[in-house]
Amino acid sequence: MEKEAIISFENFGFQYTAQAEPTLYDINLKIRKGEKVLIAGPSGCGKSTLAHCINGLIPNSYPGKITGSLTVGGKNAQELGLFGLSKTVGTVLQDSDGQFIGLTVAEDIAFALENDCIPTKEMHEQVEKIAELVDVKQVLHHAPHEISGGQKQRVGLGGVMVNQVDVLLFDEPLANLDPATGKQAIVLIDEIQKRTGCAVVIIEHRLEDVLYRPVDRIVVMGEGRILYNDVPDQLLCGKLLQESGIREPLYVTALKYAGVKLTPEMRPSYLPELQLSENQKKQVLSWFAKQPPAEKKQQQEVLLQADNIDFTYEGGHHALRGISAVIHKGEMLSIVGTNGAGKSTFSKVICGFEKPQSGSLTLNGTDLSTMSIKERADHIGYVMQNPNQMISKTQIYDEVALGLRNRGVSEEEIRPRVEKTLKICGLYPFRHWPVSALSYGQKKRVTIASILVLEPEMILLDEPTAGQDLKHYTEIMDFLAELNRQGVTVVLITHDMHLMLEYTPRAIVFNAGKVIADKSAAEVLNSPQIVEAAHLKETSLYHLAQQCGIGDPEEFTRRFIARDREVRKHD
Amino acid sequence: MINLFNYIDRPSPIHRLTGACKLVCLIAWSVAAMTSFYTPLLIFLTVASLVLFRVAKLKVKDISFMLGIMVVYIVMNNVLIFLFSPEHGTSIYGTRTVLFRIAGPYVVTAEQLFYHLNVILKNACTIPIVLLFVCTTNPSEFAASLNRIGVSYRISYAVALALRYIPDIQREYRDISLAQQARGTEMSKKASLVNRLKAASSILIPLILSSLDRIETISNAMELRGFGKGKNRTWYSGRKFSKMDILCMVVCLVLVILSLTLTYLNGGRYFNPFI
Repeated sequence: MEKEAIISFENFGFQYTAQAEPTLYDINLKIRKGEKVLIAGPSGCGKSTLAHCINGLIPNSYPGKITGSLTVGGKNAQELGLFGLSKTVGTVLQDSDGQFIGLTVAEDIAFALENDCIPTKEMHEQVEKIAELVDVKQVLHHAPHEISGGQKQRVGLGGVMVNQVDVLLFDEPLANLDPATGKQAIVLIDEIQKRTGCAVVIIEHRLEDVLYRPVDRIVVMGEGRILYNDVPDQLLCGKLLQESGIREPLYVTALKYAGVKLTPEMRPSYLPELQLSENQKKQVLSWFAKQPPAEKKQQQEVLLQADNIDFTYEGGHHALRGISAVIHKGEMLSIVGTNGAGKSTFSKVICGFEKPQSGSLTLNGTDLSTMSIKERADHIGYVMQNPNQMISKTQIYDEVALGLRNRGVSEEEIRPRVEKTLKICGLYPFRHWPVSALSYGQKKRVTIASILVLEPEMILLDEPTAGQDLKHYTEIMDFLAELNRQGVTVVLITHDMHLMLEYTPRAIVFNAGKVIADKSAAEVLNSPQIVEAAHLKETSLYHLAQQCGIGDPEEFTRRFIARDREVRKHD
Repeated sequence: MINLFNYIDRPSPIHRLTGACKLVCLIAWSVAAMTSFYTPLLIFLTVASLVLFRVAKLKVKDISFMLGIMVVYIVMNNVLIFLFSPEHGTSIYGTRTVLFRIAGPYVVTAEQLFYHLNVILKNACTIPIVLLFVCTTNPSEFAASLNRIGVSYRISYAVALALRYIPDIQREYRDISLAQQARGTEMSKKASLVNRLKAASSILIPLILSSLDRIETISNAMELRGFGKGKNRTWYSGRKFSKMDILCMVVCLVLVILSLTLTYLNGGRYFNPFI
């Protein structure tokens, strides 16, 4: 017998007041008690809007026109309102920093109870219980900046679970977490669901990471409509994911390249239970043998050399402990590691934002220590993670011209340089637009353009693709790869393992202020010790290679990536 | 980083008092100091406030920035009083003991100097207490205590959140400013005032935009967890008054009564040593 539906959309549609077209059309969707549903889709497909309808932020904070009906727990959602819905639906937001309201872990968990006027003593008991459930009891009295990203997410979860909700709604839970913490988050969600019997709705475009634990159903959305609403195995056998711009799990793509015909019976949605016949394994093996060996890049001249750099923050935090690293001319490389491993500090030292206590840093053989921030910026461009933190002009042209104007370059010279840069960045058609009219990805390009216009030899980007779906990710990364081909050295600070594998031949791994590895991305991701220390995640290709008896999973990974890039380029 | 309005966690008897108690004491103390010009009382309050400062285990280093502002304020205040009203002391105390002449209407009298002493004492006995309150009260308890003395919880929480985000915004300001400097924005004293103002705007715009994003997230997060639902709310960090709290409040109320009584007995607000 089917369980009763706790959330039920019927012919539901929604149009934001400020927009000309509806964002959601014709949604018919039921989520039953205790069910675990993944809602996936590219940016702008309406999945976040759908989530806002479920938790009541629509129409409370984002007004618009609703058609059709939505019932939650048998009651009309609009009548329940935001506060009524919060008793049934607990929402864990994407930004685990932003949703941390209380001053300490305990207060944050207690927040909903405070609003319900629960007496202080009872509140303390309940907080204790929840803290145990989400395993943050040791840090109850810590401030948000004293705990890790994973712990923050646990606190966020605890903070909505105190309401004893029936539905847990996760809005892009993996966006701000490093791969290993993301994996733990998925395990935690799974455990909490089993223990409490809540229905779980996960909004996420990183399909493979969510599928680290089984889900009951996947809903794929595209352009405001539901394109698929059924079990995961069926979905993975078809072409819908690729067509709608969602990345398939890598092992699934690899199997498809090898010509293996996937069927739901093989259980492709859950790697540990994936069934491959001997014949299919042979197919994979022979595909591997047929692929040309991955090219190795030649070593170039040294551009930047760091020697034994040591840095301690004013408060006493010893962030860098004897860092030595080399960056070659024309290279594209990634710097990876956990939060707090020292990778951001290292980039600040390179740019001159922080002065190391010892060690040397040379660029083309010249000592950098005597150069000011501004002088270094002529050689090394730094692009911050959040474009909104960099953009200070309202017009795109002015924003890109800013650095040149600050350097006293004449307007006649500025014009051709800015226009050339805008052309390289694909922003030329928008040059007279206000910045506010651009999408997030386009703003990111503006910030990159505003750095490129200074013609640095190297650009350093902090998490360039954070929070981007496959389409925008590919856009940004292909653009950076193109710049790299034109001779700019590109250094990326990232958590994203796809990025590291696909675009950067070399990776430097930071851990606790030290460099623990400096080798090819494929080697890093196929080495269990490094993967664990740096909070990365082994790629699923590694497991697939093992299952098929391929002795060299690194080479398998490399050949797969080479092939995949070819295929996606022709799309 | 500059410590603006930050809680400094140290084990001390003052820290252990509840926030609401400290707020009541702060108000009472300020009323006592503000209503009176009775010099012995002001001297007593000043000495007492310095002693309390020690009891709270605060160091001058902790509050050096705010202390600097306070000194500038006191100096400015006194200079302006003298410039605009050099005979104010004479009119209050009714006598005129000329010490020396400067120029024109500016004559230094003993009465005027005594009046200035009183003004300085009034500042010196209240400002440390305000700093003491700010540095020893946990911001979340601060919200709870504001609410307890009758301020709406929405406003109380807004104030506490604003205080809490100051360090975050300081950090963000620094990051943005460094990135702007890398693009060649001159922030140092080398640049002219106009250019420095322009440079400041190039930091403020991104700072404001990213703060607006932050506000949207936090207000959504708060509403999703039922903030603003009821007329009242309880506080995780709210505490019942202890005996010590009550004692402190009583002492401070006695101070208010003492101050008012002295004014009454003295037949005016001013303690007059000149008659």
